[in-house]
Amino acid sequence: MNTFLQLVVNGLGKGAVFALLALGFVVIFKATEVVNFAHGSLVLFGGYLVVVTRDALGWAGASWVGILSAGLLGLLLERFLLSRPRHADANALALLTIGVDVIVTEEIVRRLGDSLPFIGEAWDAKPFQLGGITLFRTHLVALGVAAVLITAFWLAFKFSNWGIAMRAQAENREAAALMGIRSSRVTATAWLVAGLLAGVAVLFIATQDFSGAGLSRGTHSIALAAFPAAILGGLDSTAGAVVGGLVVGLVDALSAQYISFDFSKSAVFLVMLVVLVIRPSGLFGTRERTRV
Amino acid sequence: MSEGVASKQVVEAPPEAPAAPRGRRSPAKLLRALGWTALLVVLLALPLYLDAAWLKAGQYMMIGAVGAIGLTLLVGQAGQLSLAHAFFLLAGGTAYSVLSGPTDDTRVIGLGIDPALSLIGAVVITALLGLAFAPVSGRLRGIYLGVASLALVFLGLYFGQSAEKLTGGTSTGRAPTPFSLFGFPFSNEGPHIEILGVPIQQAERTWYLFLLLTVLAFVIARGAVKGRIGRSWRAVRDNEAAAAVMGVSVIRAKAGAFAVSSAYAGLAGAMTVLWFDILKPDESEYGTYGINVSIAFLAMIIIGGLGSVSGALVGALIVNGLPQVLSLYSTDLGWFTGTGGGALTPILVSSFVYGAAIILVVLFEPGGLAAIGRRISRRNGRIPEEQGT
Repeated sequence: MNTFLQLVVNGLGKGAVFALLALGFVVIFKATEVVNFAHGSLVLFGGYLVVVTRDALGWAGASWVGILSAGLLGLLLERFLLSRPRHADANALALLTIGVDVIVTEEIVRRLGDSLPFIGEAWDAKPFQLGGITLFRTHLVALGVAAVLITAFWLAFKFSNWGIAMRAQAENREAAALMGIRSSRVTATAWLVAGLLAGVAVLFIATQDFSGAGLSRGTHSIALAAFPAAILGGLDSTAGAVVGGLVVGLVDALSAQYISFDFSKSAVFLVMLVVLVIRPSGLFGTRERTRV
Repeated sequence: MSEGVASKQVVEAPPEAPAAPRGRRSPAKLLRALGWTALLVVLLALPLYLDAAWLKAGQYMMIGAVGAIGLTLLVGQAGQLSLAHAFFLLAGGTAYSVLSGPTDDTRVIGLGIDPALSLIGAVVITALLGLAFAPVSGRLRGIYLGVASLALVFLGLYFGQSAEKLTGGTSTGRAPTPFSLFGFPFSNEGPHIEILGVPIQQAERTWYLFLLLTVLAFVIARGAVKGRIGRSWRAVRDNEAAAAVMGVSVIRAKAGAFAVSSAYAGLAGAMTVLWFDILKPDESEYGTYGINVSIAFLAMIIIGGLGSVSGALVGALIVNGLPQVLSLYSTDLGWFTGTGGGALTPILVSSFVYGAAIILVVLFEPGGLAAIGRRISRRNGRIPEEQGT
């Protein structure tokens, strides 16, 4: 029972991180209908800047630099690449992000070389006991941070001008533009937010508690699990991203313990496949209708 | 997102060429046929001039070509995005190794079937696997399908690691049975053959085998694209409802495209195993059958132009050829001498090149190289190609 409880808490902690990543996907998708395959490279980029600036600024300062620069990279990608071909198909732009991902990831992995730095100093590898079960600090902090960020996001999404503009644009792009909503600004902010969330997530991913591996190509693969999280919940549902993230975290933690560690990565994707066969647009996604 | 992946990228089919007078082929068609023949003659003659290392590089490009043709049919013609190509590569390679493997091996399972039959068997098995994915591929569209197909790569990774009896496991892998056709081995054994004083050894023989397979793959794909099947794929890609109204079975077209594409990947997988002379499953998502391979194949067909069969050949030449050629040249010129972390390697450089190529193609020429080729031939007053082949 204790093991199970421990797994659930750890799974939720992991899930919170996946939720942050999935939320980034969903925000970009809602604003632009583009699926961002470069999300993993945003994660790596944020982490890499933490590594680079850590000696000069200390860990706390470096993490801020990492988070902000991941956001900035997202913003720059949107401004300089994705906003260029104005009438390009959203799917073509998704392919473009694959190209971006290859370049950014390969370069960062090259620069990291053989060093695989851990970057969660403030909470990494400091487990503590609570009521007979061992808990990882990383997962608990991740849960807390994710709860705060997701609540803040939800409030902004519901009540702020940006949130309303964003939802209007997701509903009907042309009508929103006619109402005076600056579509380019909404899109740019969406990429900024997604980048910032990715920058936060990497501080938890490249830790001993979370993955047991430092910043590397493996971090990029872990970030890929945010795909099933976003798709599970439905690509255009922010609530779905959170639920999807938690489901992925739980499936990952439980299957690693009860089936095998190797299987846990596949298990996440398997669950996604099952959900997609039953509900092709995810749990909370808008169903597509075809009219003739 | 409602339509297929490629609907806006593939340049619509230009109007039909004016009918040539009966009994005489139009000069443009004749010229094109002549061009293909010349290319084939050059490819047939190359083993007489190139040494084994270059032939090996050429074979790797042909593997890419076979896989890319399959993927371009699926993504470009049928409008289904797939990131699962690497999985079917692994499946094809494993199927060939298991079918042809020796029966007396205690470590891995082998069925001892004739290698040529095993190759056909591997293609059939991967096609069936692709068909088995139909419940998913038939229901999902666009990006949803792309991510769902990513699941197969992860399942393949797990399969490679855990089914050691079939794959040989990640640490040692298993050696495939060398290919032979009607008793003629594609290795250094068997009868000694010489053409123009050049001994035809393993490298040359494998070159001809791969060339034959690539030509077959190409001809069949062209036939499919030009014929009824290709038309039904494009109809489904452009508008499923309209296609259904026209009498196309949407489910059958989608499942068929996926099965055909998987079969191509399976063939490419068996070729990969023969090329490496080992089947060795990956330890992580990044490797011979990893996500990076799926993305490389996607890069080939984006660069070549989605849906274009000849474009896929050029894409394979660039994406699979570049690392090979760079490393061959680097030994001569002393490039890429650095080792360890932070070093530039031929593979890394080619990744940068094809990553950038994807970006440039999407930004400036969504039809890929095929569209550029089409424009050149149109400017020269020739008849435009049909159906973006």
